[in-house]
Amino acid sequence: MASRTTPRLGFSFEYLMWIFTRISGLALILMAIVGLSMALFMGARTQMDMGTLLRWSFFPNSYHVVNSDIPDVVPGWANAYWQVMQLIIVFFGVTHGVNGLRIIVEDYMGSTWVRIFLRGLLFLLWIFLFLVAIYVVTTV
Amino acid sequence: MVLKRNVGLSGLKYRGGGPMLAWSLHRISGITLISLLSLHVLSSFFQHQLGNDLATNINIIYESIYVQVFIVFVVIFHGLNGLRIIILDTFPKLIEYQREVIWLQWLAFIPIYGLTVFVMVTRAFGGN
Repeated sequence: MASRTTPRLGFSFEYLMWIFTRISGLALILMAIVGLSMALFMGARTQMDMGTLLRWSFFPNSYHVVNSDIPDVVPGWANAYWQVMQLIIVFFGVTHGVNGLRIIVEDYMGSTWVRIFLRGLLFLLWIFLFLVAIYVVTTV
Repeated sequence: MVLKRNVGLSGLKYRGGGPMLAWSLHRISGITLISLLSLHVLSSFFQHQLGNDLATNINIIYESIYVQVFIVFVVIFHGLNGLRIIILDTFPKLIEYQREVIWLQWLAFIPIYGLTVFVMVTRAFGGN
């Protein structure tokens, strides 16, 4: 069975991504807590239902929610701080997720041309999602 | 090539228990999360650019209470299980107790998820 080779010990790409997965996972949990508590602080407790609150605090962008009722909370979020927070969340989320897909590809694909193809596809997906997210966040 | 391996139903007989369930759920929920994230980014982009029925319909689908209950399960499980992995990796001596840690993890998961779903469902169907 030709599964993936053992990564060499020391300072390698696999090691960097291993560290990054842990750090970005912790950062995502932290930013989710910050977003949720700030949403509640700005008055979401009496004005939003739970699902809207979760959607809104992860990605406070009016194009993200169409039918949910978001009343007077919008002005408090329309500043550069939350745009930067959104960009960091999207960067960490997309990179963490695409790296997870890459690990699954490395686990199940032998060293065939399919793996090379899928690696390229994942890289393009990563670039594409991040560019689209930057565009959506910054052009509101 | 690995893909030609045919495991079939005999894979179900592998008695990995709690750690195996956590591992496979972590992987499945991870794939689900990156798919949902891509869907959200794309639907926001379509809403921004086109604002047509396609964009609105994608938004309606993931704003419905049924999808939300599923997403909350996936997010909370992936987060808690990731925390467990980080803690066990940082303190490798704890790996000896990993089955007990997984029981603890479910013990933390049930109230967090249960309360969230309780609030969501009562708000959604209670007319308030």
